[in-house]
Amino acid sequence: MSRQIGEVILDLKNVSLSFGGVKALTDISFDVREHEIRAIIGPNGAGKSSMLNVINGVYRPQQGEIVLRGQHFSKMNPYKAAKAGISRTFQNIALFKGMNVIDNLMTGRNLKIRSNLIQQAFWWGPARREELAHRAKVEEVIDFLEIQHIRKTPVGRLPYGLQKRVDLGRALAMEPSILLLDEPMAGMNVEEKQDMCRFILDVNDQFGTTIVLIEHDMAVVMDISDRVVVLDYGKKIGDGAPDAVRANPEVISAYLGASH
Amino acid sequence: MLYRENGQFKTSYAADQQIFPIAQDRWAIVGLLVFAFIGIPLLVDEYLLRAILIPFLILSLAALGVNILVGFCGQITLGAGAFMAVGAYAAYNFHIRIEGLPLLLSLLLGGLTAAAVGIVFGIPSLRVRGLYLAVATLAAQFFTDWVFLRVPWFTDNASSGSVSVSNLQVLGWPIAAPVDKYLFCLGWLTVFALLAKNMTRSAIGRQWMAIRDMDVAAEVIGIRPLFAKLSAFAVSSFFVGTAGALWGFIHLASWEPAAFSVDRSFQLLFMVIIGGLGSIMGSFFGAAFIVILPIALNQFLPAIGGLFGITISTAGISHAELIIFGALIIFFLIKEPHGIARLWSTGKEKLRLWPFPH
Repeated sequence: MSRQIGEVILDLKNVSLSFGGVKALTDISFDVREHEIRAIIGPNGAGKSSMLNVINGVYRPQQGEIVLRGQHFSKMNPYKAAKAGISRTFQNIALFKGMNVIDNLMTGRNLKIRSNLIQQAFWWGPARREELAHRAKVEEVIDFLEIQHIRKTPVGRLPYGLQKRVDLGRALAMEPSILLLDEPMAGMNVEEKQDMCRFILDVNDQFGTTIVLIEHDMAVVMDISDRVVVLDYGKKIGDGAPDAVRANPEVISAYLGASH
Repeated sequence: MLYRENGQFKTSYAADQQIFPIAQDRWAIVGLLVFAFIGIPLLVDEYLLRAILIPFLILSLAALGVNILVGFCGQITLGAGAFMAVGAYAAYNFHIRIEGLPLLLSLLLGGLTAAAVGIVFGIPSLRVRGLYLAVATLAAQFFTDWVFLRVPWFTDNASSGSVSVSNLQVLGWPIAAPVDKYLFCLGWLTVFALLAKNMTRSAIGRQWMAIRDMDVAAEVIGIRPLFAKLSAFAVSSFFVGTAGALWGFIHLASWEPAAFSVDRSFQLLFMVIIGGLGSIMGSFFGAAFIVILPIALNQFLPAIGGLFGITISTAGISHAELIIFGALIIFFLIKEPHGIARLWSTGKEKLRLWPFPH
């Protein structure tokens, strides 16, 4: 691979998150390096999705901080995260069901739009030019994900596998520097999984996007990720290269399963 | 076979993103506008203009505003009547208090005042949603009812809250005869419908729809719910407010707060639900359904009764009108919960393939 793994771009320090008495995350620290594919694995309810929600500010951790490119965020919120170039996909597809594929992807360009409401109402100069320029960008994403044939279909009518792909497309339309993927391959068949793996690797390779990935399919995780974090009951129980994690006895007993 | 886009190739995104990408649609809308601007004034008598077409145009504008908020941004409102009242009374105050203020400006300022009030009453939407928000917006309704009845300043010290305007003109064009009123409202509506369409097909419209469809995902993408919701309230109230100003100035000429009661709010909400939530076209269908159908029933029922040799009394007609109207609403909502606009687009899709089934 041509990509070069760089410096630490995202550093989570001693993050703890609880909902009332339930401790979702306890004192978790790990870092993500630029251009790498970082996987988070763990049994159901281990706190993986909560981890992503903390990174992009949907949840506010009670303790700990997030350091993004040297900038400290104790209180991240989704808007700041989006501004900082973090985008994500969702475990249960969270597309805008009433809109077609192009419009869904166009929402990903929202932060880059400068024209105001009045200009847009009159479809005047800058608003019109922007709309066309962003459409061209969105079409690039559509070509990349090979979804040309459904570009005008309302997403509610698409099959599950394609919806997942459009979800990825919407995140990509933001041209993120860090992409958070929450179980991008859940519920897919083998072919769809292979396609999705190819897209993830291509995104990482062609655009140099840093990827943080939650996934249950161990074969996929071990194959495509550079480093893996293992969570269990909100605690970190393993961290390192896929092979090292696979050999870690604690991880085996908690998640991978040992032959007794 | 006639309605098909075969051979109409788009070579630029601009061509693909125009409002009516299919040539037949463009011709149809041009034809419709020509007919509305030239044909109808020549063909139609004063009663039809005054009793049906002018109310239809103004309520279409109001429905358009309600649809922006309810249909596009997903925020249920029962305060539309209130914003119409604010628009009407604000325009009235600008009209009488500022000497020589052009009519167009009074109407627009009325709309802007309504937009400001709309933002204030939209603030609860940041916390509550659905039916609870509907109840919160209902507060706007009772508040404005009270203000315009009890605070004499707003009604220029008219004791009953009744106000009137006269001698309206735009750039020397007197808006007095029904035909002039009709043309003025039609021109106004055409411009506003275009503005609404432009907003809903550009970034702001996508923000509204994103908030409507999945607010968490919208936030993660960098859409601020505060801006999206309050801008929807502002734009919606602006549209509804100017509709209210037109309703008062052009349609009624003299009015009191009861003209904008809670009934009006419900009527507008029904229009967008029956017409089609989240559809510009649907607002027109809904307004047509609610405004024109009762009158049409009223006119045609005796004739239909006559066919079967039955004479219906006047009271009987007005009862039957309500019964049939209610039954039709139920029928439409069961048959097509997404409104007449969805029926229309399904019909168009079928027509594109006709005579083949798929």
